[in-house]
Amino acid sequence: MTCDICGKKKATVHLTEIVDDQMSEMHLCEECARQKSSQMEQQFGLADLLAGLTDPSKTTVSKESEKTSLKCSRCGLLYEDFRKFGRLGCSECYTSFKEHLTGLLRKIHGSNKYLGKTPAVLGQSQTQAVSEKTLALLPSDDLLDLKQQLKSAIAAEDFEKAAIIRDKIRGLEQSES
Amino acid sequence: MRIEELLNHTGEWLRGTGPSAHIVMSSRVRLARNLEAWTFPGRSGKKDLEAVLKAFGEAVGRINALKGSTLFDMTQIDQVDRQLLVERHLMSHEHASNPEGKGLLVTAEEVVSVMVNEEDHLRIQVMRSGLNLSEAWEIINAIDDALSRELTFAFNPACGFLTACPTNTGTAMRGSVMMHLPALVMTKQINKVLAAISKLSFASRGFYGEGTQASGNFYQISNQVSLGHSELDIIQNINGLIRQVIEQEEQARQALLLQNKPMLEDKVCRSWGLLKNARIISSQEAIELFSMVRLGLDLGLLKHVDNKALNELFIMIQPAHLQKIEGKKLNAFERDTKRAAVIRQKLGGGKDV
Repeated sequence: MTCDICGKKKATVHLTEIVDDQMSEMHLCEECARQKSSQMEQQFGLADLLAGLTDPSKTTVSKESEKTSLKCSRCGLLYEDFRKFGRLGCSECYTSFKEHLTGLLRKIHGSNKYLGKTPAVLGQSQTQAVSEKTLALLPSDDLLDLKQQLKSAIAAEDFEKAAIIRDKIRGLEQSES
Repeated sequence: MRIEELLNHTGEWLRGTGPSAHIVMSSRVRLARNLEAWTFPGRSGKKDLEAVLKAFGEAVGRINALKGSTLFDMTQIDQVDRQLLVERHLMSHEHASNPEGKGLLVTAEEVVSVMVNEEDHLRIQVMRSGLNLSEAWEIINAIDDALSRELTFAFNPACGFLTACPTNTGTAMRGSVMMHLPALVMTKQINKVLAAISKLSFASRGFYGEGTQASGNFYQISNQVSLGHSELDIIQNINGLIRQVIEQEEQARQALLLQNKPMLEDKVCRSWGLLKNARIISSQEAIELFSMVRLGLDLGLLKHVDNKALNELFIMIQPAHLQKIEGKKLNAFERDTKRAAVIRQKLGGGKDV
């Protein structure tokens, strides 16, 4: 079978497209398939979708020009470029573009409230108790880690886990001494 | 660990056991993390990328839980080897295409892997066999905690973890489950199920991840949102959804057995016969046949088939694996021939005449 596009090389890629319930098949050589897929990516980039979300239906001219000049104070990314490519440049972008991002995040996730974990270094204590299974899977957790986990298991009144961790600490201390 | 050593086995997550393993092949949780000290990879030059890779490597060296893991420098391995790591689900296609400044950490047994300098500085992933997102979460949470004691992550209390793409901002967590849904496909209910899934803000993809077509009745289902819910909430939501899909698939399987057992048995046994005897086979055809044999095994229509061997074949029949096994570059036709031979050997089929 030869390629449907160039008609020269052997077709090794088989593409099925469904448009309005109509299915069509294409048989392409590797080279033409690569071109075709980059065309498709250009048609449906994530950036376009995001730009659609960030683009309120009516904006005044002055606001539009304000947006074009908006720039991240740390990495220098233009807000305009974020709209084009859909990627932020650094953590500071979240502050520099805060006004626009807050609404965008709500549109993407249905909420802009963060309810997840806090990094260990910044957090006050570790509330996540570690189960026996995790310990078995990660056998070489260091002593400090384990002592921290013991504290939080006790704080959470999970004494079964606490006992497992305690035994583990004893074992480690013996093997180290 | 050398890349060649990976060829002797496949990841622990392919062992084919665990909760609901008859329908759920594997579970995966990934976290995206960025280091506060550097701009995101897309806006960093070679020097910065290398500095991130170095800082990560040093942090890993201080974490006991990651002892015995290997950090590959993408510029030090060739294109086939990078492709091999993609085929093993250890990293993305994107990560293989432009190696500069990129790295990949892999632990023994391939339970944990970390892409360094993909779209975000770190993309940590944990894979488990069967429906086991909670266990995957426990492991990845412990590793994330250990890493965050060594490296300062880009985080703010209002938005959570800061990522290059705003679709990941927040928990920056994606939980995904690989499901085998042949009966829903055969009874033509799959589109209804997938439509419902997308209405609930979950995504479905093919076996090889983002942008791939589902083949051989395998679908990867994952959460889309990462703000407004805690990690455990998200995992519980996925679990709830997956359990419903499992139930639907089980009902469809029973209905097929009741209405069409001889037809089903014929399809399953023909597939088995083809796999054991084919001399030339494409990966698409092979995966479709694996799907039927897997279904036959689950329904007791076939016996004495090694489920683990079948699972391993999903990885072994892919182009880079075939070329590494053969020890040289193979064109498409040579790969189809080699693929058939590897399948016959693994499943104990007819010997070459």
